[in-house]
Amino acid sequence: MIRVELAKLFRRPRTYVIAGLLCALPLIVAIFLATTRIPPPPGQGGAFLSAVLSNGALYPAAAMALVLPVFLPVSVAVLAGDAVAGEASAGTLRYLLVRPVGRSRLLVAKLISLVVFVLFAISAVLVTSYLTGITLFGASTSSAGVALPPDVTSLSGVTISPAGLVLRLLGTVAYIVISMVGVAAIALFLSTVTDSALGAAMGALAVLVTSQVLVTLDAAQAIRPYLPTRYWLAWIDFFREPVLWRDIERGAGIQLVYLVVLLGAAWANFLTKDVAN
Amino acid sequence: MIRTKDLTKRYGRTTAVDGVDLEVREGDRYGLLGPNGSGKTTLVRMLLGLVFATRGEIEVLGRPVPRRVREVLPSIGALVEGPGAYPNLSGRTNLAVFDAAGPGGRRRDRRARIDQALERVGLGGIDRRPVKAYSLGMRQRLGLAAALLRPPRLLILDEPTNGLDPRGIREVRDLLAELNRDGVTVFLSSHLLSEIDAFCSRVGVMDRGRLVVQDDLDDLRVPTGRVTLGTPTPERAVALLDGRVEHRAGEILTVRHDDPGALNAELVAAGVTVTAIAAERRTLEEVVLAATTGSSDRVERVEAA
Ligand SMILES: Nc1ncnc2c1ncn2[C@@H]1O[C@H](COP(=O)(O)OP(=O)(O)OP(=O)(O)O)[C@@H](O)[C@H]1O
Ligand SMILES: [Mg+2]
Repeated sequence: MIRVELAKLFRRPRTYVIAGLLCALPLIVAIFLATTRIPPPPGQGGAFLSAVLSNGALYPAAAMALVLPVFLPVSVAVLAGDAVAGEASAGTLRYLLVRPVGRSRLLVAKLISLVVFVLFAISAVLVTSYLTGITLFGASTSSAGVALPPDVTSLSGVTISPAGLVLRLLGTVAYIVISMVGVAAIALFLSTVTDSALGAAMGALAVLVTSQVLVTLDAAQAIRPYLPTRYWLAWIDFFREPVLWRDIERGAGIQLVYLVVLLGAAWANFLTKDVAN
Repeated sequence: MIRTKDLTKRYGRTTAVDGVDLEVREGDRYGLLGPNGSGKTTLVRMLLGLVFATRGEIEVLGRPVPRRVREVLPSIGALVEGPGAYPNLSGRTNLAVFDAAGPGGRRRDRRARIDQALERVGLGGIDRRPVKAYSLGMRQRLGLAAALLRPPRLLILDEPTNGLDPRGIREVRDLLAELNRDGVTVFLSSHLLSEIDAFCSRVGVMDRGRLVVQDDLDDLRVPTGRVTLGTPTPERAVALLDGRVEHRAGEILTVRHDDPGALNAELVAAGVTVTAIAAERRTLEEVVLAATTGSSDRVERVEAA
């Protein structure tokens, strides 16, 4: 079943359209930066953006910071919202179930295919943005290693080896996947509740937007640590020297709790649900 | 093959299926008739474990449903309320996806099985167009092909000829008859009397969620106590049978009489030539109309008294 889900994922043109759009955003930003050479003032604009002007090898990190807050979660919510509800409204869900495909298996296969999608999309963004960075801004890695941007490390002159950069990027990818699996769990749960793929995606986005608003609201400080988007940007801590693990660990923990609770709810709901449309 | 006891399904305040005791025997060609909204699809969904009953028991191929439905589903071919397919994939790829999704769809002979299933439903020469470019009839045939991918012991088909033209309906009927001869039990639902009449050996009639009739077709079509009679000299027959002729259409008379043989003897003795004579039987339509109260999806205005 997992193979079938993956085949369906990679046979659908929309998978590539979404990945293409995700890659296009950093590309557009890079072109503007490269032609004007106007860096965003420190503390404003995306993280790493001012640093990439002197070192294109950091552009993948900047690209992550660009796609993560909105674009990537929107794509994940759309795909995950479609996962069950889309099959239900296309009429294919009932034919899968009478094949028979176990309902739990179907849910797990859907989740795994979403993880694979996130990995695929992130890899595409990393590769294209690395190439973009190198060609537009040049690389200054040479043998001295990569200088971490001072606005992130709050220390200037720290350098890490290219291998270190790769490791940190891998950590970033893993962390972002975990964050997006949290998004997927929300949308997947809603997808088992409603038969409208759009409704499920909208519901998940409503949760995320609300969470984003509350994160910046001082009055909501009491619940802030438990909001799903609170630690989304914690992966930037991978680029500090030394790596600051506190928020990363908390963020991963929160997402794990969301994942377990929502998947449990999705599973319980789907297993007892009438497939009657 | 299928047995239900007091099977009931409520959706909120509507009772879609109400205390149904269904019995489908091995080798049957069972036709489930009923007006729109009488609960046929809901019943079929419960048999397949898609919808969970509010009350009652189901046994399919000797296993309790939904508890052990996964053991029997591999030997069931099903079509539930229209076909379902991934619109951007070709028909062949769709079948491959469904085949690979379930157990027992061995990869080695998949191509052969898909080809055979497509051939059987008359889509043997299908090209690589995506399903969204298919006509309604082609989709319906593809749905049937999906039900035949693995040789089924039992076919559960909800309105299998929906959207097909007369020739297509005939082809499907012949296909089902052929499968039935090979030992496949066929359970199908329809709101088309003619279809059930032409194919089924056993009939169930649903009305507002209840199974109001369940019997062999031959037993349902009891004689009406009238005889249809053909004669080249209708005037003489009318004169002879005086008052017993209920209806006359050209040379065909309908006569109130229990025994065609005795009637024939009487006419011949009186010198009336008889070209055709047969006991009139209740049509399936009459059986159904007598048993049902009307289309339950008609929403009548309740007059305030
Ligand atoms: N998911 C649902 N939620 C609420 N009510 C439903 C649902 N599905 C069916 N019903 C109701 O149950 C009743 C039976 O519907 P069902 O689809 O089983 O009828 P049917 O005999 O298949 O009709 P048709 O011949 O039109 O296909 C109808 O009154 C319908 O409104
Ligand atoms: Mg129906």
